[in-house]
Amino acid sequence: MQAFLDRLIAQGYFRGVPTQVVYALGIVLAAALVIFVFVLIMAGVTTFIERRVWARIQSRVGPNRVGPQGAVQWLADGLKLLMKEDLVPVEADPRLFRLAPYVVVIGFLATFVVVPFSSRLIVADLNVGILYLTSVSSLVVLGILMAGWSSNNKWSLFGGIRAAAQIVSYEIPAALSIFPVILITGTLSMQSIIQAQGWAPWDWFVFHNPFTFLASLLLYTALLAEGNRTPFDLPEADTELVAGFVTEYSGTRYMFFFLVEWGNLYVISAIMVTLFLGGWQVPPVTDNAVVLNLLQFLVFFLKAYFGVLIAMWIRATLPRIRVDQLMTTCWKYLVPLSFLNLIGTAVWVVLFPNGSSVMEALMTLIGFGLVGYFVHRVRFHLRRSRAELTWSPFA
Amino acid sequence: MSLAGYEVEVQQVGDGGLRTEEMTLNMGPQHPSTHGVLRFVVKADGEVMREAIPDVGYLHRSIEKISEKVGYHGFMPYTDRVDYVAAMFCNQGWAMVCEKLAGLAVPKRAEYCRVIAAELNRISSHLVSVGTMVLDIGAITPFFHAFREREKINDLLEELCGARLTYNYMRIGGVAWDLPPGFVERTLAFLDRFEPMLDEFDDLVSVNKIYVERCANVGVVSPEAAINYNLVGPNLRGSGIRYDVRRDEPYSVYPELEFNVPVATGELGTVGDSYARYWVRMREMEESARIVRQCFKQMPDGPVIAKVPRKFKPPAGDAYIRLESARGDMGWYAVSDGTEYPYRCKVRTGSFSAMSIIDKISRGLMLADLVTLIASLDVVAPEVDR
Repeated sequence: MQAFLDRLIAQGYFRGVPTQVVYALGIVLAAALVIFVFVLIMAGVTTFIERRVWARIQSRVGPNRVGPQGAVQWLADGLKLLMKEDLVPVEADPRLFRLAPYVVVIGFLATFVVVPFSSRLIVADLNVGILYLTSVSSLVVLGILMAGWSSNNKWSLFGGIRAAAQIVSYEIPAALSIFPVILITGTLSMQSIIQAQGWAPWDWFVFHNPFTFLASLLLYTALLAEGNRTPFDLPEADTELVAGFVTEYSGTRYMFFFLVEWGNLYVISAIMVTLFLGGWQVPPVTDNAVVLNLLQFLVFFLKAYFGVLIAMWIRATLPRIRVDQLMTTCWKYLVPLSFLNLIGTAVWVVLFPNGSSVMEALMTLIGFGLVGYFVHRVRFHLRRSRAELTWSPFA
Repeated sequence: MSLAGYEVEVQQVGDGGLRTEEMTLNMGPQHPSTHGVLRFVVKADGEVMREAIPDVGYLHRSIEKISEKVGYHGFMPYTDRVDYVAAMFCNQGWAMVCEKLAGLAVPKRAEYCRVIAAELNRISSHLVSVGTMVLDIGAITPFFHAFREREKINDLLEELCGARLTYNYMRIGGVAWDLPPGFVERTLAFLDRFEPMLDEFDDLVSVNKIYVERCANVGVVSPEAAINYNLVGPNLRGSGIRYDVRRDEPYSVYPELEFNVPVATGELGTVGDSYARYWVRMREMEESARIVRQCFKQMPDGPVIAKVPRKFKPPAGDAYIRLESARGDMGWYAVSDGTEYPYRCKVRTGSFSAMSIIDKISRGLMLADLVTLIASLDVVAPEVDR
């Protein structure tokens, strides 16, 4: 990289620009490219995996024609959307209409600046990391509102207004549920928060005390709502609002909205993993920095993808809530509970400045007990409906 | 002010002169949750609806008029299209009204075949209803589970009459074919699996907190309103009125069968809300399964069709019959002038009266509740217009 830039400088491409600036720009450009490609592939693959997971839950086969087991279906879909005509309705506001998808994509991609991948792999470990993340992700609302308003379609308008109300409201419990972790660590930097945790489950903040456990659940709920996922997918509620704010979009611009929707899933889970699930922490198995970083990347990615899978599972299971119930859930339950968490954690930090190992062990046990109970229930239902699961539509 | 060329009257609200206007929304005929081609003109104040005026007629195919040109036997396939989700009942209705016109007696085995086919069709129709209702409320999976079960019923009915949707199974004086070999065993095997699946459906949906919150106390139809607006079938029983044509004005072999008529009790929510109508349909599927099992036990041997002349000429006169279709009390009226062709035919369907009450009970509901309401009333577009 540096050698390449040096050659360019030697050939006189950046006359009058300080070398450091060239280096910095080069690194930023490279990072942006890497992140963008990562996001494109990840969001694409997520659409495919989501469809297959749904199909499994719904006794269907799912896409299995393009590539082995349909693995490149997402590529075919993307190409199809790219080749579609880009329509702008006559009555729409053409400038805002064209701009909206880019605002959404920018707001979404900007979050990746502080999303950590491993102990070294992070674009910028800002000292206001988590604050920056919650701020830039609000740009998405602006884009959605622009899309809804500029389409000049009443259903789109409904979608846009719903999205604005919903995302702005759910920012509050989301932020309040992040605070307990900040109280414990005393830092806003993503990497420092992860470093304050350990690789073992009992070192994770989710099991730090009862309040952080509750905070993690609240945060996941609130982030699902911010990402317009079921049961909070009101802005694009297909059975009520046709397609919400994307009703009038087609082709590439439509694809951008969906890129953000599925990419957001990863961001949601990455926030959860960073704050509560130990981030990229792995046991110290090797001194080789490259291997260690790869291992950390793998651990972080798997943890984050587990969150993505849970979101898919929720979407396949739960109905959608109504718009007044959405607000009730937020303001009457989530916000007071988040405040309770905040106060509880503050008291806890004063009482046990270094954390209580008894409570950590107890919380870990309870957590594993819940997982065990869940597995037991799944096995119960599997036994009951085995005949249905083995039923094949082709038999 | 002018909006797209139309002058719109704008109300002045408050001292500051903040101008507000109701938003007129056009919902349908191409809208994902109108189940076919229904149209509603919705006046919305934000998310709250002031009124939703149904606009019917997009699926009118003059089916009743066609009967006057194709004759009694020839009209049977057209009756499938009256309500293609539950076509068996329309077949049965036309057969019954012709038999009443001509005073024909139907063989016992044919009556049992009719009841078996009709009750299987009732299960599949209710599965469509509850499946799409859950889909409209936003859950995707239960819809597929319901349609998976319906697919098996379609397979069974395909064995019976060669068609999966428009059956054309019944004939004037009986049914077209006897049960195929092995049909009884396969149907019983299906029912053995289906009844536990209903329990699972209950676990997945009926007690789901979000689902109950979305349906309970939404679109409450009082018993008086239900009677005044002529609601029938599960919609009427959802309002707490125990009326079922199969029980109160028995036809066919229903007097010989034992079954309950489920009526909403309002355990979750109130009697007459969307959840009650959904609940009644769930319970009716269990009863239908019970009826089919009894039919297989009680079925006598014998012919499945009476001797009916190819040129069917009932004596001049008229006849009206009613039967309990999947959407409730269905009436068939036919007038004969003694020729090969009916003079007039008229179908009275449940969906049409269900449409008429939407205007009344949708006032003040949220936009999302309108979708729930339409789905819970189980309005099937072709049945509205015929």
